[in-house]
Amino acid sequence: MFLRRSLREHPEFRVGAADMLPQAPGIAAWGLMTGVAMVKSGMSVVEALAMGVLVFAGSSQLAAIPLIVAGAPMWVILATGFCVNLRFVVFSLHLREYLMYLPRWERLVHGYLTADMAYFLFVRRFPQPAVEPHRRVAQEAYLAGNTCVGWTSWVVTSIIGVALANFIPTTWGLGFAGILCLVGILCSLATTRLRILSASVAAAAAIAAYALPLKLNIIVAIAAAVSLCLAVEKLKPAVTKEVRG
Amino acid sequence: MNSGGTDLWTLVTIVGLACITVLARCFFFISSKSWSLPPWAQRGLQYAPIAALSAVVLPEVLMTQGHLVPTWADARLFAAAAGAIAYFWKRDVLMTIIAGMAVFLPLHLGLGW
Repeated sequence: MFLRRSLREHPEFRVGAADMLPQAPGIAAWGLMTGVAMVKSGMSVVEALAMGVLVFAGSSQLAAIPLIVAGAPMWVILATGFCVNLRFVVFSLHLREYLMYLPRWERLVHGYLTADMAYFLFVRRFPQPAVEPHRRVAQEAYLAGNTCVGWTSWVVTSIIGVALANFIPTTWGLGFAGILCLVGILCSLATTRLRILSASVAAAAAIAAYALPLKLNIIVAIAAAVSLCLAVEKLKPAVTKEVRG
Repeated sequence: MNSGGTDLWTLVTIVGLACITVLARCFFFISSKSWSLPPWAQRGLQYAPIAALSAVVLPEVLMTQGHLVPTWADARLFAAAAGAIAYFWKRDVLMTIIAGMAVFLPLHLGLGW
């Protein structure tokens, strides 16, 4: 956590911050766009600011916006947010080895602040979790420097995005940029044939079940897509083997 | 939600989403005990994120007021297609947004699609 002085003064803190700096414009563009998209979709300034600062997860924020605007029930919004965030569950299994020696609340703060970029940079620099105390501190300081730059650029540009959005007329339809961003993430996840199947089944199911109340079509779509993919995996192990990796 | 006004329930939902961020990012180190997911759930993790995104995104692109878009003259269709092509060309999500909006804004503002 970058609030602790001993970490801030460690040389690895600067290395972590310097590694994150080239990524900052990318994070900034995202934050800016998410800020604009939140307000343009009809969220109030307070709601948009709270979301940008607290939720700190662009893809689940963008997925939640249409659901919040449509008045979906909270559990559907949270379940959708969790599913969009599932990649972090996989990351947490990996980060566990690095963070387990820390007290729980420090683990939670580190975990909360470690978004995609910070995770990738951290495990690239430290392929193995440290065992000796001084190397553990170095790893923690690097992660703190990393997340400090990442968090700051996200939050500052989210706020700028929210502020700018008030000067742009709604009729321009800039909220659609949020959907385009999700289209890009969707494409980036389409790396195996079974995942493409999952996306196609989910889209068809979400459209077919659109009339369901409470945006339950999304939950139906996730359940249908995941169970079908698991069934195909079981029936056709050859396909799975071929596309895995 | 009433547009413009701040809704308490929405704020509670936002705090809930922040807790979801913590839950997902810390999933395997919240508890100090060692444990793991059953194998089927671990495999299911591969397919759920793209399913959730697809279920949210595609209706937003292909539907208007609960029905499939009745006409091709809809800026969203062309913008989303341009965005997807841009992604597979440059492998960059920012390019998707730039290319998609470059198609969306002229069609939407210029032609009123």
